[in-house]
Amino acid sequence: MLKIEHISKTFNPRTVNEKKALSDLSLSLEDGEFVTVIGSNGAGKSTLLNAIAGTWPLDEGKIIIDGTDITSLPDYKRAKFIGRVFQDPLMGTAADMWIEENMALALRRGQKRTLAQGITSAQREQFRVLLKDLDLQLEERLSTKAGLLSGGQRQALTLLMASMNHPQLLLLDEHTAALDPRTAKKVLTITDKLVRENNLTTLMITHNMQDAIDYGDRLIMMNDGMIILDIKGEEKKNTTREELISRFNDLSEEKLNSDNLLLTS
Amino acid sequence: MNLLNLFSRFPTALAQGLIYGIMALGVYITFRILKISDLTVDGSFATGGAAAVMAIIAGASPIVALLLAFITGLLCGAVTALLNSRLKIPTVLASILVQLALYSVNLKIQKGSALIAVSVDRYNLLISSRNLTKSNLTGLLLTAVIIAILYWFFGTETGCAIRATGNNQAMARANGINPAVSRFIGLSMANGLVGFAGGLLAQFQGFTDVSMGRGAIVIGLAAIIIGEVLHSILIPRNFSFMLRLIFVIVGGIIYYMVMVIILWMHIDSNDLKLFTALIVAAFFAAGNLKNKGGFSNAED
Ligand SMILES: Nc1ncnc2c1ncn2[C@@H]1O[C@H](COP(=O)(O)OP(=O)(O)OP(=O)(O)O)[C@@H](O)[C@H]1O
Ligand SMILES: [Mg+2]
Repeated sequence: MLKIEHISKTFNPRTVNEKKALSDLSLSLEDGEFVTVIGSNGAGKSTLLNAIAGTWPLDEGKIIIDGTDITSLPDYKRAKFIGRVFQDPLMGTAADMWIEENMALALRRGQKRTLAQGITSAQREQFRVLLKDLDLQLEERLSTKAGLLSGGQRQALTLLMASMNHPQLLLLDEHTAALDPRTAKKVLTITDKLVRENNLTTLMITHNMQDAIDYGDRLIMMNDGMIILDIKGEEKKNTTREELISRFNDLSEEKLNSDNLLLTS
Repeated sequence: MNLLNLFSRFPTALAQGLIYGIMALGVYITFRILKISDLTVDGSFATGGAAAVMAIIAGASPIVALLLAFITGLLCGAVTALLNSRLKIPTVLASILVQLALYSVNLKIQKGSALIAVSVDRYNLLISSRNLTKSNLTGLLLTAVIIAILYWFFGTETGCAIRATGNNQAMARANGINPAVSRFIGLSMANGLVGFAGGLLAQFQGFTDVSMGRGAIVIGLAAIIIGEVLHSILIPRNFSFMLRLIFVIVGGIIYYMVMVIILWMHIDSNDLKLFTALIVAAFFAAGNLKNKGGFSNAED
């Protein structure tokens, strides 16, 4: 499904601000796999998602989706394969456009945009059904501007837009981080439902260890631009926050020591 | 100062308002929908005038001349868009460069003379300041057709993609929209309309002048802002796209009415530009006071 092969990315190379954000990272996802991603601030989680989405070109490595090498495609061309929800609720929708216009735009993701009318009445009906499932009473507000919605409503709408058209890959970057705990929980429940119902291959970054354990089939932990832990199945289900934290400390220390070894040898 | 004298000037102001209103609709596409500052306008307006007049002199019908004005304006906008997307020059700078280059190009089109007359006595023109009733009716008809086309276009898939690009580029990209394509279409359309208006003005006044576009962008912005302020006062509950477009034209007409009043008060015509700047600043401030948040938050 998704194959990431030895990707590296250094920001501001050859300057004092040089930062190796991804270093020789490889990852392979099965069809329909729901992976949660954790790691401390600056570990490279968002950078990994940006690399997949094509925000900027990679220094090295390859990204392949369903057999198509997308490494050299710009982000707007990769959108054909990828649905995305950002951490910032303002980024996922066009604030001055109606809910239905936003959804119609998402519906044509990856297809040619013609001079046909932007929204047909059949689509409007389809949107209403999809929105009803969110249970946020948005189905009666199709011609409300997205900018008038609350952060949680906007994230839920963005999620719906990102998962429309069955994208081969869904990228979620701390999409509940800006929401209050109750709304975050609700959006997370919606996420799980959409991912499962549509069998979407998903990468979801979160800072909540418990959510990372409770949701998804596989968990990866990142540190310093690398994946330092990758667990799934029973092992993931049975792990606890405490165990993850202690494993994180061990693993990042191990890494530190091996770095020191390299330096001293 | 006699009032009759003032009223007798209103039909001319209406015609000018309609012509500059069409130009302002072009500015609206870049300034309000794409949210970029395009200064190509000052050049492409005169290009449209030059193309139309040269075509008419060469024997073309006034309608064909207007189509040519539209196409040449469109090309000007396309060049700005390409400088931006291919050479990565910021749109403001790219548009200033095109505006500068157009001055020479316009002189070339006019075979070296800065001013070329096209008299309604010798040529068959669509509108003329000598026949105000016909000019105003034609202007109203053209405006209605253009608004209808814009209304339709920005409701299509392509039009929606352009609106999304101006609204939220990250969202547009994430949904597979190439912002460079949106800007190319938007800038081309916008300057097509500007060129068309230039072709109309040249016929109306009976001559084209390479510097007739100077300050056009300011008049366009003035029309937009005056229209928005009036819109929010007169119909504060309905901000449909159709009404927004109509109020751009209203803004253009009001602008020229105010100008006529200023001239009627025997203010030195050399001070006119100063008054233009003052009017725009005043309406801008009025809009800001009304919306408190300021125009940057109140757009669209
Ligand atoms: N566009 C950029 N330009 C320069 N440096 C960047 C850029 N994007 C990320 N970085 C740097 O790369 C490193 C990894 O950042 P990244 O945003 O991927 O971390 P993260 O794991 O998502 O952290 P957080 O949990 O705080 O979101 C950081 O040191 C960051 O400063
Ligand atoms: Mg991040």
